[in-house]
Amino acid sequence: MEARRRGATIIHVDPRFTRTSAMANVHVPIRVGSDIAFLGGIVRYILNNERHFHEYVVNYTNAASIISDEFRDVEDLDGLFSGWDPEHGKYEVESWQYEGVDSIVPAAGHKEAVGLPGGGGPGRPRQERRLAEERDETLRHPRCVFQILKRHFARYTPEMVEQICGVPPDQFLHVAETLCANSGRDRTSAFAYAVGWTQHSVGVQYIRTASIIQLLLGNMGRPGGGILALRGHASIQGSTDIPTLYDLLPGYLPMPHATYGADLARYIEANQAATGWWSEFPKYIVSLLKAWYGDAATKDNDFCFNHIPKVTGDHSHMTTVAQMADGKLDGYFVMGENPAVGSVHGSLQRKGLRKLKWLVVRDFVLLETADFWRTGPEIESGEVSPEEIGTEVFFMPAAAHTEKSGDFTNTQRLLQWHHKAVEPQGDARSELGFMYHLGRRLKQLYAASTDPKDAPIRDLRWDYPTEGPHDEPNAEAVLAEISGYTVSDGKPVPGFAQLAADGSTASGCWIYSGAYRDGVNQTARRRPRTEQSYVAPEWAWSWPANRRLLYNRASAAPDGTPWSERKKYVWWDAGQGRWTGLDVPDFIADRAPSYRPGEHDLGTRSISGIDPFIMQADGKGWLFAPSGLLDGPLPTHYEPQESIVQNFLYRQQCNPARHEWRRRDNPYHRAFDDPRFPYLLTTFRLTEHHTAGGMSRWLSWLSELQPEMFCEVSPALAADRGLRHGGWATVTTARAEIECRVLVTRRMASLRVGGRRIEQIGLPYHWGYTGRVRGDIANDLFAFVADPNVLIPESKVATGNITAGRRAQAGAARRRQLAMAAGDATMAEAARRSHEAPLRGAGPPLDQPSILEPKS
Amino acid sequence: MSRMGFFTDSTLCIGCKACEVACKQWNQLPDDGFVFTGLSYDNTAHLGASTWRHVAFVERDKPLSQQRAGVGDFSWLLSSDVCKHCERAGCLENCPTGAIVRTEFNTVYVQPDICNGCGYCIVGCPFGVIDRREDDGRAWKCTLCYDRLKDDLEPACAKSCPTDSILFGEIDELRDVARARLSTLHAQGVGEAYLYGASAEDQPGTGGLNAFFLLVDRPEVYNLPPDPIAPQLKQGDAWRMVGVGALAMAAVTLFAAFSPPASRRLR
Repeated sequence: MEARRRGATIIHVDPRFTRTSAMANVHVPIRVGSDIAFLGGIVRYILNNERHFHEYVVNYTNAASIISDEFRDVEDLDGLFSGWDPEHGKYEVESWQYEGVDSIVPAAGHKEAVGLPGGGGPGRPRQERRLAEERDETLRHPRCVFQILKRHFARYTPEMVEQICGVPPDQFLHVAETLCANSGRDRTSAFAYAVGWTQHSVGVQYIRTASIIQLLLGNMGRPGGGILALRGHASIQGSTDIPTLYDLLPGYLPMPHATYGADLARYIEANQAATGWWSEFPKYIVSLLKAWYGDAATKDNDFCFNHIPKVTGDHSHMTTVAQMADGKLDGYFVMGENPAVGSVHGSLQRKGLRKLKWLVVRDFVLLETADFWRTGPEIESGEVSPEEIGTEVFFMPAAAHTEKSGDFTNTQRLLQWHHKAVEPQGDARSELGFMYHLGRRLKQLYAASTDPKDAPIRDLRWDYPTEGPHDEPNAEAVLAEISGYTVSDGKPVPGFAQLAADGSTASGCWIYSGAYRDGVNQTARRRPRTEQSYVAPEWAWSWPANRRLLYNRASAAPDGTPWSERKKYVWWDAGQGRWTGLDVPDFIADRAPSYRPGEHDLGTRSISGIDPFIMQADGKGWLFAPSGLLDGPLPTHYEPQESIVQNFLYRQQCNPARHEWRRRDNPYHRAFDDPRFPYLLTTFRLTEHHTAGGMSRWLSWLSELQPEMFCEVSPALAADRGLRHGGWATVTTARAEIECRVLVTRRMASLRVGGRRIEQIGLPYHWGYTGRVRGDIANDLFAFVADPNVLIPESKVATGNITAGRRAQAGAARRRQLAMAAGDATMAEAARRSHEAPLRGAGPPLDQPSILEPKS
Repeated sequence: MSRMGFFTDSTLCIGCKACEVACKQWNQLPDDGFVFTGLSYDNTAHLGASTWRHVAFVERDKPLSQQRAGVGDFSWLLSSDVCKHCERAGCLENCPTGAIVRTEFNTVYVQPDICNGCGYCIVGCPFGVIDRREDDGRAWKCTLCYDRLKDDLEPACAKSCPTDSILFGEIDELRDVARARLSTLHAQGVGEAYLYGASAEDQPGTGGLNAFFLLVDRPEVYNLPPDPIAPQLKQGDAWRMVGVGALAMAAVTLFAAFSPPASRRLR
C-alpha cells in the first residue's frame, strides 16, 4: 500500500481474485502450477525485444560465460537435461559446468552435488583454474549462457503461455511490457511472493525463473528491486539462518555428511570455494565449534568436529513422517507447529503420530497434533480407537512472544528485538527456557559418565545466566554468543571479518556476527525513520554486517558511479579510495572498480572490481546455474505431479527429479484428462486465521469472522455441479474426502487452457478438529511429493472432484475411499472399468525408479 | 474541546478486519455467533450491539477505474463502517432518559448506567447503527473510544488500521485531508470517488457526520442510506400531518354521524 501510495504499479498474478488483487492495478488469473511458463514467457519477451539491461547483464551476470560442449538442453532431449541417470532417478551435473572449470561451488544449495569430496581432486580446493578466458562479452558464442537462454525460452511465446497458463496474450503482454518499462537505469521493479509459490515439485525453479528476469532487467542489488519472500510466520527467515533444517548448520554451513568421516579437513575441503567469499569458510565453522564446545574444542581434536552428528540420508519432514508411519521412530518433538492440520496429507501425518512411543507438543492450546488420539477424524470414523494407540503425549504449554524476550528475523534479514512484557502464566515457558533446562538436566545426567559417546553432551558449553521467577536464561547472553567474541578475553567481535580459523574466536552464527557489537544489543535499536536516512540503518540490525540490501555493489555501474541519480545507493569514492553510500557496501571496502585479479589469485583476492555477487565463486549473478541445483541448470515448465492436462512442451510430464513417496497410504492420481478427478485444487490462507488455526480458531473474535470451512468456486463450476451458494459440498482427491460450505464467487475465474475450459477450486487450510470453530482439513487432500532441492511438498496443487452435499458421516465412506485409492493400479483399473478407454498418464511413471518404496 | 471524529477512506481498506477485532478487544464485546453468511468474506453482516466496526465486502459486476481485473468486469469494494456520531443525532434526540449525551469531543455517547433499554434510540437512527443487546437489554454502539480519548489515545480501530484507511483526528483537519485525497484520486483517474457525509451541505439530514467516508460507488452499495435524515427534522412535518389526519378523522366522523346507519342501508 505504501508503494501504491507513492505511485507504483502493482501487478498481482494469482489463480484467485483476492484482497491483494482488490488493491492491485492489474490482476491476472493463472492455472495453478504453470508459473514457469508464464515467467518463461517474460524471459523470452525480454530477450526477443532486447529489453535486457545490457551493461548490467554483460558485467554482472554469467551471460557471457561459456558452458561445456557436453551440455544438452531440454529442447534437445524432449524434456530432460543432459546428465539424466534413469537408473538412480537423478542428474549427473558435470555437463552443466562452465567450459574449462573443474567444478564450481554455488553460493547456496547443493554444494556436495559436484564431485564429492574435494571436487578439485585430493587435497585441492575446487575451481582453482581461473574463469576469465572462458567468457564471450559479445554474447554471440553459441554456447554462452545468453545464447543458451535465448534458445531455451524460444518456445515460450504468448500463444504458448495462453495454452499452458490460461492467460490470454493481451493480459500477458501487458504484464511483460509494464515490467520492462519499469526497469533500467532510472527505475527498478521488485517481485514479492507468498511462500505458496515454493510449494511445488518445481518450487525452487519458480524462484529461479524470477531471478533470471530480475538479473536480465538489472533489478538485483539495487534499491526497489529484488525478490522478496513474504514469510508466513514471524521469524521464518531466522529459522533458516539458525536453522531448524536437518541439512544445515547456522549461517548456511552445510551439515556434515557421513562420507567426510571424522575429519574437519575433509569437511572444509568439500565446502570451501577457492575463489569468492566462501573461501572464508574455515573461519566460520571453527568459530561455530568454539561457541558450542568452548575450551574442549582444540586444534588437536578438530575443535570437536566429531561431536556434530553426521547426515546419512534424507531426514526431511515427509521422509521422517513416512518412517514414523512405518514404526521406525520412537519420539517426536513438535514445537510451534501443527502437522496434523498444517502439513500435507494429514491422515498420513496422524498415522505417523499413532506409531510413536512418545510425542512432545509445545504450544498455547491443545491443538490437533496433541489431540489426534482422542478427536482425530480416524477416531470419529471408527477406523481407530484410542485404546489401540500407544503414543504417550506430553503437552507443554508455551509462552507467547509478549511473555519472552528475543529476536524476530524478518524476510529482509532484519533482526528486531522484542522485550518481555509480562511473565508467562501457569506452567507456560519460553522455548529458550525449555531447551536450556532440558540441556542442563541432560548434562547433569551425563556429568559422571566417562563413556566417549557421551562427550558431546559433557563438552557442550551451557553456562547461560538465568533470571526471573522461572530461572529463564538471559536471551541477550545467547545473542552475544551468536554474535561472537574473542576467546581469550570474551570481548565481543565487531563482525564476521574478525573471525579466525585458529580457534581464537567463537561465533554461533557467522552471518549474525556483529549483532552484539561493542557489547550493545544492536537489534534493539529503535531510532525512528524520521531521524535518519530512508535506508534507516539504525533501526534494529540486519545480517550481514547491518547491510540492508545484499549485493549492493550492483547499484553502481561497472566504473563505480551510480546508474542514475534517482537510483543512487552505493558508489565508489575515488578521492578516498573506498566504497560509500546510503548503506553498508556489500563489497570489499577498498577494492577499486578497475581491479582485476591475477591469474593465480585465490580467496577474496579473486573478486574483481566488477563482481557484485561476492558469494558466488565467479562473482556473477547466475542466469544459468552450473551447480547447486538437482533438477536442472535452467527452469523449464513441467506439469505438477497431479494435473488435468498433458505437458504441452515435452513428453516428459513432471519434473523427473522430483521426490515421490510410493506407498499404499500415499496414492497419486497420475492420469490426466480423467473425468473422475477433473478439477484443480489449491489451498490458501485467510487474513482472519493463522495457518493451522492454533492461534486463531480458539479466539471468538477471530473465529466469528471466518467461522466455517468453505471452498471458493466459479459460477460456471457451481452450475456444472449443482452447487448451491452457502450450501454444502464434498471435495475428494485420491487420498481423502472433506466437506465444506460453498462460496460461489466471480473471484474464481474459469480459464481456457489448451482450448478447453478448466475450473479450479480454492480451499483455505485453517480448519481442524479442535478449537472453538472446527471443520474438515484441506491439507488431508494433498499428497507427499516434493521438489528435489529442498524437499518442499507440492501442497498447492492436486486434482480432485466436487459434489453437492455433505460427506458420508460414518467410517464406511472413508474406508471405501482408502480402499479405492489403495494404489495406482487399482485406481487405473477402476477408471478403466468406468470409462472403458484407458486413461492417459495412468500407471507408475517410467522416468523415476522406485527407490523410496518401503521395504516392508 | 475540539470536534473529533473519523475519516474512513475505502480506497485504502484492505479488508483485514483488524478494526473489528481491535474494537471488540478494547471494548470487550462478545462475538456475534459463528455463522457462515455467504456474504463474500463478511460473516458479521452488519453493525450492531456487539459489532461497532464492520467491514463490508462488496463483489460488484463493474470494474474499478485504473484497475484491470483478469476475471472480467469485476471489482471488490472493501470499506469499514462505524457509528457516524451525527451532528443531528437521531438516537440522542430520541433518548427520553438522557442516557445518550454529546461529549466534550462532540461525539455521541451512550451512558450504560443510565440507559433503561427503552429502545427509542434504535428507531431514531437513520443508519441502523445503534442496537439493543439481547442479554442485558440496553442499547450499545461505538463510543469513539471515549475512555481512550480521555487518556489522549486514538480509538482502537484507527490505531490498528495498518493502511490508515481509518484516520482519527479533528474534523476540520480530517476534511482537509479528505479533500486533498479526493483530488489526488480524481487526478489519478478515479473519477467515481466522492465524500459521503463530510459536511452539513453534503448531508443536511444529519447536519454532517463526525465519521465520514470516501466511497467509489453509490452509498446503497455499501449498505449506507443515500439521503439519511434524523427523524426529528421531520417532526414539524409529522405534527402537521398528524393535524391534517386529525382534521380528516373529524370530518369522517362528522360525515358518518349525519349519514344513515350502514346497517340500515344494507337492508
